[in-house]
Amino acid sequence: METYMLLGFVLILSIYLGLELISKVPSTLHTPLMSGANAISGIALVGALVLSTNSNLQGVIAFFAVTFASINVFGGYLVTNRMLKMFKKK
Amino acid sequence: MEFFSEISAIQNIVYIISSILFITGIKMLGKEDTAVKGNFLSAFAMFIAVGITVIGVVDPFVLLIGIALGAIIGSSIALKVKMTSIPEMVALFNGFGGLATFLIAWSEFNSIPDNLFQHILIVVTVFIGGVTFTGSLIAYGKLSEKIKIAKTSIITKIFTTVFYASLIFLTYSIVQPVMPILDFDFFTVLLVLTLLAGIGFVLPIGGGDMPVVISLLNSLSGIAAAFAGLLLLNNVLIVAGSLVGASGLILTIIMAKAMNRSITNILFVGYASSSSSSTSEEQGEVSPISVGDAYLILESASSVLIVPGYGMAVAQAQHVVRELGELLEANGTEVKYGIHPVAGRMPGHMNVLLAEANVPYDVLAEPDDVNPTMDAVDVAVVIGANDVVNPSATEEPGSPIYGMPIIEVHKAKTVFVLKRSMSSGFAGVQNPLFFKQNTRMLFGDAKESIGGLVSEFKE
Repeated sequence: METYMLLGFVLILSIYLGLELISKVPSTLHTPLMSGANAISGIALVGALVLSTNSNLQGVIAFFAVTFASINVFGGYLVTNRMLKMFKKK
Repeated sequence: MEFFSEISAIQNIVYIISSILFITGIKMLGKEDTAVKGNFLSAFAMFIAVGITVIGVVDPFVLLIGIALGAIIGSSIALKVKMTSIPEMVALFNGFGGLATFLIAWSEFNSIPDNLFQHILIVVTVFIGGVTFTGSLIAYGKLSEKIKIAKTSIITKIFTTVFYASLIFLTYSIVQPVMPILDFDFFTVLLVLTLLAGIGFVLPIGGGDMPVVISLLNSLSGIAAAFAGLLLLNNVLIVAGSLVGASGLILTIIMAKAMNRSITNILFVGYASSSSSSTSEEQGEVSPISVGDAYLILESASSVLIVPGYGMAVAQAQHVVRELGELLEANGTEVKYGIHPVAGRMPGHMNVLLAEANVPYDVLAEPDDVNPTMDAVDVAVVIGANDVVNPSATEEPGSPIYGMPIIEVHKAKTVFVLKRSMSSGFAGVQNPLFFKQNTRMLFGDAKESIGGLVSEFKE
């Protein structure tokens, strides 16, 4: 239980940090920020990699979790990069 | 055994470094000058976190195939997709992230539901991840116009009902361990209901409200990842997931504010379908204008404000718009673009389209920047925007959109409205702008009309 309290603390602090960091984002960057954040949510990949694969069902679940999270990661970062490259100053 | 304990210590150190890089990356992503670097930094953070995790996996072969498969699919979609399809692409990727957390929680249910707290975490993570997954798929379908089911359709109503039923079942699932044992497989029911709930959550939400839903789904995918991190006792998942949750939440709030509506109103109520109270009698005649006459007025204008909306995206007119802007500037006219935060179907939609057409971002202005000097604008050119320039929002207290911050083009000396027909906007509210003295309607396809203006200028 103590571990959960500690990690819950990390969770709350990180959300607060996120809110502080991004509170004043220019509207030009709304889409790239969303898409870049979306790529970060592919961090689920790390979770998917450590799943147990003891039974067949779990093995299949883990495989699909890894695959879909990877699509999210690679697709997300590349799309964001393509988008940001288009933004030019005068 | 010693090898593994060392790996886990190193892993934790790398996770901390990765977390710091994620934080720096997302901070840099919020500023124009550093955004590209920020994205790289966050990709690097992802790379080291995934890398050190793979090293610790006992038998990584199958999982590496999964990563390779995901890399190929994800990269090929991302590199091929047209910039105009970005909104649905982001929705799709977001859905896959949600699916991954859904699967993680499912797998954990099969291995370790040994105390109540873990049980609750699993149930909630399954729910958020599942709703993010199917909700994003529906958003993808709606944005790419593959799904066209009306809010009033019976299908929508059935799914909405399922959504509310799933909330009740979610509550049951959370307290299930302390309930008398009922003889059915509650978890399978939860898995299925959750996936249906996502459909019911997004299906009733209309096109103009999509920016809010997309931001919210984005936020949810992060929160789901953070919860999965709690479940797996993995700190980098918690930190990265929370950052995404926070950034999505901020965008959601910005979008809701730009419509002057609460998030609950957008998600669960929608616009009042018909507003008989609003005064739609004294409208009078609209004054159409030809491309030739519009050219003459633009030609002598010294300042022009272009206000694009979803119609510009539909007509794919961004390139001719940029061309017109350049010709006007060459003619000595000051050209600005007025971008409303909720114009289009996702946050920043217009900015991306115009960037694709090579319009520099420093001529794109927000409503607060253009409204104070609107009197000095000779011509405001409204391209496929409607609700975001509707003066009812400031003049008619009875209107459903009253109080919404708009771009006040009606205060400009002349307003051109490019529009296909006289139909009302997403909110279903008639737009008095079209009937104002200083408004001229340029009917037809936006791309053709602007193209016509461009060729007039070239002659």
